[in-house]
Amino acid sequence: MRSRLLSTLAVLVVFVVLPRSGAFGQARELNLYNGRHYDTDEAIYREFTRRTGVRVNLIQGDADQLIERIRAEGATSPADVLITVDAGRLYRAQQLGLCQRVDSPVLHTRIPAHLRDPQGHWFGFTKRYRVIAYARARVPRSMLSTYEDLSSSRWKGRLLVRSSSHVYNQSLVGALLAWHGESFVARWARGVVANLGRPPQGGDLDQLRAVAAGEGDVALVNHYYYLRLLNSPHPVDRAVAQQVGLFFPNQEPEERGVHVNLSGACVTSTSRNRQAAVAFLEFLSSDFAQEVFARGNFEFPAVRGIANPMAAVAPATLREDTLNAAVYAANGGKALQLMVAAGWR
Amino acid sequence: MTAPGAGRGAGSGVWFSARQGLLPACGAALAVALSLPVLTVAATVLSPAHGEWVEFVRLVLPRYVQNTVWLLGGVGVGTLVVGVTAAWVVTAYRFPGRRLAQVVLLLPLAVPAYLVAYAYADLLQYSGPVQSALRAWLGLARGYPFPEIRSLGGAVFVLTFVLYPYVYLLTRAALLEQSPLTWEVSRTLGYGAWGTFLRVALPVARPGIAAGLGLVGMEVLADFGTVKYFELDTFATGVYLVWFSYGSVAGAARLAAWLVGFVLAVVAVERLSRGRRRYHRPPGPLREARPMHLSGVQAAVALVACLLPPAVGFGIPGTYLAWMAWVGGDPLWSRAFLELAGNTFALAAATAAVAVLLAAVLAYGVRLAPSPVMHLAARVVSLGYAVPGVVVAVGILVPFGWLANLLDPYLRRLGLSGAALTGSTFTLVYAYLVRFLAAALSTVEAGLSRIGPTLEGAARTLGHGPSSVLVRVHAPLMRGSVFTAALLVFVDALKELPATLVLRPLNFDTLAVRVYQLASDERLMQASTAGLCIVAVGLLPVLLLDRAVHRSRVEAPVEISGAHRAEVRLTPPVRFA
Amino acid sequence: MVVRAAQTERASEPRVRLLGVSKHFGSVQALRQLTLSVYPGEILVLLGPSGCGKTTALRIVAGLEQPDEGWVELAGRVVAGPRWVPPEARGVGMVFQEPSLFPHLTVLENVAFGLRNASRAERLRRASEVLERVGAGDLASRFPHELSGGEQQRVALARALAPRPSVVLLDEPLSSLDPELRRRMREELRRLLKTEGSTAILVTHDQEEAFAVADRIGVLSRGRLWQVGPPEEIYHAPACRFVADFVGEAEFLPGQVQRHVARTELGEFPCNGLPDGTPVEVMVRPADLSLKPSPDGPAVVVGRRFLGPDTVYEVRLASGRVVRCRFTGDAGLRPGTRVQVWATSPRTVVFPAEDPSPPA
Repeated sequence: MRSRLLSTLAVLVVFVVLPRSGAFGQARELNLYNGRHYDTDEAIYREFTRRTGVRVNLIQGDADQLIERIRAEGATSPADVLITVDAGRLYRAQQLGLCQRVDSPVLHTRIPAHLRDPQGHWFGFTKRYRVIAYARARVPRSMLSTYEDLSSSRWKGRLLVRSSSHVYNQSLVGALLAWHGESFVARWARGVVANLGRPPQGGDLDQLRAVAAGEGDVALVNHYYYLRLLNSPHPVDRAVAQQVGLFFPNQEPEERGVHVNLSGACVTSTSRNRQAAVAFLEFLSSDFAQEVFARGNFEFPAVRGIANPMAAVAPATLREDTLNAAVYAANGGKALQLMVAAGWR
Repeated sequence: MTAPGAGRGAGSGVWFSARQGLLPACGAALAVALSLPVLTVAATVLSPAHGEWVEFVRLVLPRYVQNTVWLLGGVGVGTLVVGVTAAWVVTAYRFPGRRLAQVVLLLPLAVPAYLVAYAYADLLQYSGPVQSALRAWLGLARGYPFPEIRSLGGAVFVLTFVLYPYVYLLTRAALLEQSPLTWEVSRTLGYGAWGTFLRVALPVARPGIAAGLGLVGMEVLADFGTVKYFELDTFATGVYLVWFSYGSVAGAARLAAWLVGFVLAVVAVERLSRGRRRYHRPPGPLREARPMHLSGVQAAVALVACLLPPAVGFGIPGTYLAWMAWVGGDPLWSRAFLELAGNTFALAAATAAVAVLLAAVLAYGVRLAPSPVMHLAARVVSLGYAVPGVVVAVGILVPFGWLANLLDPYLRRLGLSGAALTGSTFTLVYAYLVRFLAAALSTVEAGLSRIGPTLEGAARTLGHGPSSVLVRVHAPLMRGSVFTAALLVFVDALKELPATLVLRPLNFDTLAVRVYQLASDERLMQASTAGLCIVAVGLLPVLLLDRAVHRSRVEAPVEISGAHRAEVRLTPPVRFA
Repeated sequence: MVVRAAQTERASEPRVRLLGVSKHFGSVQALRQLTLSVYPGEILVLLGPSGCGKTTALRIVAGLEQPDEGWVELAGRVVAGPRWVPPEARGVGMVFQEPSLFPHLTVLENVAFGLRNASRAERLRRASEVLERVGAGDLASRFPHELSGGEQQRVALARALAPRPSVVLLDEPLSSLDPELRRRMREELRRLLKTEGSTAILVTHDQEEAFAVADRIGVLSRGRLWQVGPPEEIYHAPACRFVADFVGEAEFLPGQVQRHVARTELGEFPCNGLPDGTPVEVMVRPADLSLKPSPDGPAVVVGRRFLGPDTVYEVRLASGRVVRCRFTGDAGLRPGTRVQVWATSPRTVVFPAEDPSPPA
């Protein structure tokens, strides 16, 4: 009796759940393989659907896993667009032949050249500055200058950073590689490791909290984590932000500017909805989407001229490194190798 | 554990002739279907290794192996001490709060290890509440000694207190299955309570303890969330790195194959070392030992000893999560959240139901039509339990991707697509079955083996066919074990993360996925809500599990004392090939 | 009957002494005020129906249960009562009804388990010696699951005897064996205990077993000890109705005391000390009743059971009461035959009708 009941139940449940296998290739739907998981982005997808009538299906996950899944799915992959939170993974997807070229005048005019693949395989839509956070009470602003300076012995035991396996660090060091070459970076990485106040661990928020708590005095973080704390509904978080300052390095006139990473997207090579996919990418560069990015996660809009309510944390005339993202992304692997060799775990 | 059902059922095979062919065929088909991922992974060892990951593995493998071995050893010893001690104390002694302790000791089963890791990392890091408070009280400056939670030691700590219930549960089952008379004999022969524990109870409970430790080992090897969060390089993170950062499925699979091989070797060594010893209970009614009564200080010590592990593995992290959820969690009753909970529940329930069904087919097949094919099928199907979720995902994506491309044109005519194979709820349930069927199978088999073949014979001579026997005799008698099997699979599926992350369909998230995404985005407060929900949903089956163990005792007065009871008990959920 | 050696040693101090021991489990009174002594070299059998408390008594001696009240002394030392000695410090050997060998140890290791303070060589020597004595010497290297039930119990006995315990406690040690084996093991068990010179308490519900093994028998029911004595005394001079009924077959004839004899349907039986007019019951063993055909006899044969050497007739007396007569051989009487019935033996026992003991 029991087992008959169970089997009935099983069949029922399976058939109720089974149909959820994801739509495929239908003209009015767009399948996003999404490495960004911010709830606020949903406003963008809704608006896109409202304007075009194209339904957006989502699978969110780690970009690396999504890339591997697209590879395994091969020609039958339902993916139309791959979104990542860094240039490194877009570059990897491109290297694996998973991105198709998009020649969109809209994208080429609105997205600055250094924030997109020169051949048009992928485009960045938000800017993420990797900056130096410092303890206001213990570090005078005048002490801070450049990324390069973080290897100087004056920071001995005071520097905090997350692990080298994280792509944000790989991109930053990839950019340093492009500017200074291998032997400099190897030396720099050793200097950084010598200065560490604790073994690399945690995320960027953890670095900020640790600086506030006094475990270290300076840390490398992406800027929006600081803004997230500053605008948090929780007093504890705001208190952390109060004790920490944000410094945009390499701003001197002769310097190249702050390192900028990007969150971007590509149209997959197997997409059967190329038109909708391109339209979606173009929509991501629209004023509407750009403002949502800025408001929702405190990222800087890639498109020039979009107001960013948080711009006040940055210097009035912000100099940013215009090295093409493809260059530092390509250097990521080498950068990791050098960091690991220096003992940066 | 041995397969008592196999030997007993052997005679009954004669009774079947006509329909006999069907069961082995089903069994073989199931075995092939469910072992596909594991075999795919195993097969990669045969292919030549090349790619940049080879150099990477050569460089880092020693460290990975070292970390993994230390982690295994640390957690093994930790769970052994905690789990076995707790099992002995609640079995052999009676003290106020004993029943409560028996239940509470199981609670960490409901908590995924990664949640506990998140909670403790947040609590114990430099900027966390504990160290901040210490600094404030003692006026400490930077550089004071404090154990680092994000370390090997921290991972051992977290995993020990999350995983000890496996050892506890199976040791307790093994202790309860022992004839307590042997303990009494030991005492009359001059050994005290602890002497008896060490010299009789423990050695005899060895298969149970080993099975529990085996489960712990599997979980440790399969753990990704904790070690990743603690920046600890282990085999599992290595598999991830090779697959996702170096993009080499073959490399990942090869690493995984080594891992599986390692596990099987350990299991084999344990079995060999048992030699001719047999540990099964002698026939006859089971009697429960008269527990030794404790009072005063001793009772308090016993109670504290039993409540401490669940407090560390469940109470503290649970409370911290609850606090985070209260302060800054997700809105619980939003539509999105209810959908998450619904998805998770439906998926776990579907998996549990199918798993029990398949387990019944296999177990019944082994009993009714015992043949080498059937036995092999049952063992092969159990292999998946020893394989980390991410490896199962590799093993599924590769052949399924190939199949999807092959079948795509045909599927399209049905209004489906290849994606139905590579990323659908069907794929997920399949992955869960590959991972967790062993838990259901061994529980159902154990249940079946307790039903003597004479019962079957009696029913058959009374004119009932095999299916009638199944429905009228076996099904009612098997209710307890079937229920237990379903619960075990349900809880496992509920917590599963790595395979879910890789294989789930579009627009389909589970609570575990939500936790992982928010946590990886450093939104721990928000993540705590989904985390708590997993715990809450998982709690129910764990409590039911305890009730099932407790209730299945059949009262059978043997002596006037009324203290002796025959009991039917839970057996270890896992058995190895 | 054999003259039991133990009776001659009464002069010495008891090896085991229970004084007013009571024990209850929940609302069930398992033992009431049990007082009992066992003397060195003696085999005492506690006999009673299941649930009579005999196993509880044994477990209290072993220290596996604590008495609610009363004392227990082992070899002159108080082990329960004013002070408590745990089972491991009592030096008793125990054999249970169910096979309780340690499954992870070989037979030899099982037997050597209790030999804690001896050297390894000495332990093995003693273990082998005892194993040899119980006739299980060739089983030494086997594991318990490789033994038959009888072999397991032999080994369990050897294990209990090996440390030379001051008393061996046997809890229905033979009842898990089949009847034929049980009968053989009985004799062997007694012989073994005697050659080892052990003091033993054996618990059983089987009176034949009790008769075969015991020097003295204690009959228990509902937690109370009704009679202790040599088997012959228990059988022929039961102290109460319950003992009479439980040990062997018995017929109870109602009657009344008149001038120092009990008057019943089957005649008069001597009885002492009861005042005239007291209602009594006279116990007669069916084997002590005889009958012969008699056309005008007051009784009628109503049933006949052929048992091989004996035949049991059921006879309805004039009063309508049916009694059994055990007849050696076969008188060849058919049901319906009128007969005369009389008691042939003086070994009858008279009980007051209001006997306090429970029905058997």
